[in-house]
Amino acid sequence: MRSIDSPEIGCSREVPIVSAQAPALEVAGLTKRFGHVRALRGVEFALGAGQSLAVFGPNGAGKTTLLRVLAGLLKPDAGTVSFGGERLVRSNAAHRRLVGLISHHSLLYDGLTATENLMFYARLYGLAEPRAAAARALTGVGLQERGSDPAGTFSRGMVQRLAIARALLHDPEVLLLDEPFSGLDQHAAGTLRELLGRLRAERRTMVLVTHNIDEGLELATHVAIQVAGAFASVGAKDGDLAAYRARYAEATADG
Amino acid sequence: MGSVLGQAWAIAAKDVLLEFRSRTAFLSALVFTALVLAIFNFARDPTAVSSVDLAPSVLWITFSFAGVLGLNRAFTLEKENRAIDGLLLSPASRTALYLGKTAANLMFVGAVEAIALPLFALFFNVPLLGVLPALLLVITLATVGFVAVGTLMSSMAVNTKFGEMMLLVLVLPFLVTPVSAAAEMTAKLFAHRPFAEWAAWLKLLAAYDITFVVLCTLVFEFTLEE
Repeated sequence: MRSIDSPEIGCSREVPIVSAQAPALEVAGLTKRFGHVRALRGVEFALGAGQSLAVFGPNGAGKTTLLRVLAGLLKPDAGTVSFGGERLVRSNAAHRRLVGLISHHSLLYDGLTATENLMFYARLYGLAEPRAAAARALTGVGLQERGSDPAGTFSRGMVQRLAIARALLHDPEVLLLDEPFSGLDQHAAGTLRELLGRLRAERRTMVLVTHNIDEGLELATHVAIQVAGAFASVGAKDGDLAAYRARYAEATADG
Repeated sequence: MGSVLGQAWAIAAKDVLLEFRSRTAFLSALVFTALVLAIFNFARDPTAVSSVDLAPSVLWITFSFAGVLGLNRAFTLEKENRAIDGLLLSPASRTALYLGKTAANLMFVGAVEAIALPLFALFFNVPLLGVLPALLLVITLATVGFVAVGTLMSSMAVNTKFGEMMLLVLVLPFLVTPVSAAAEMTAKLFAHRPFAEWAAWLKLLAAYDITFVVLCTLVFEFTLEE
């Protein structure tokens, strides 16, 4: 294990040793069933540090299930997820520390203020100065003036920004985003795009699930179309964005 | 170990703060307690059964059901916005999660009991002062036992269709031992019987607590599998 000191968030973290050649995130033969429904069917891809995969697909294609398996919230029936060449073990706290998830749900407590929510998570992640970390995260999403307001009083867009602050609080290596632009106004969406661009420049790896093909294509280095649990196509993004739009339209029409 | 306790404390403090802000479960438990005590008090015939004979059963019926009301809220509040995912994603250990939830439940049930006990003394005219230290020991041990089991069952029941009813069904068989032991000891205490007569019940209760706190801590993580 090597230790990374991150002065920006004031914490010391243990992460697994990674070989220079190993992909930052590698998924092989991922399969997941819910009863008779096959939510994931042999999903495979690999991403290097700083790469981002946008996954498009119709409703019920298994995109959210994919993110939940990558986050370690769901156990796959078969297949593996590896971070930096090391296989994901859900009971390993160091592995869970590598991932940040922005989900459909905010994962926040309405009865706590924005600062209290972030301080709670900062304590769970063992950050050295929870209050300072919470203040930095709030500033990062432009909510510094609303820190003492209960999360339950926030608009949908503000909740989404607070959820983003929560997901980034511990400075994760791999970011999983499920419809991150949902509910955001134009300004907030622009701020998030800027933030994600910055994270990509810092060589964070991202998997983004979205129905917004333009946002997804703008942020992605790789693109996948998921239909009925399987990747119908996956690969590095090329210049022909119209072809992706056509394939996505076809997939949603079939789905 | 330090980080486990730190994480457990963070979870317990968060739960207590949320309950303090909403007070919904606490007020429900208190109203329930006052109603049960009042109904038992006015429904009994003092010429047929003395209050000292009836009091131990009433006390433990009240504590048990008021406690279950509190146990229900432990994981229900994690369903809001799927906050449970946030807990499971974090590096906090499942042991810390269980200990934190158990600690918060102990504080909740303890607070309800602290208010219910004087009410009980008032309604049933039971002189508590002479037996208070021993009674507090009995209450503490019984509460630890049923909260330890109840917290585990609450995590299992929360995702079922009839969560609140399911918790009762799951937890009641496990309540038989601590509640029976506690009621027996309370009866002996109110009758001013010597320690030797209730020492065996005390040992049983202590053994129950140790067994179930260890067992529940070990199996808790399996209840969170999706």
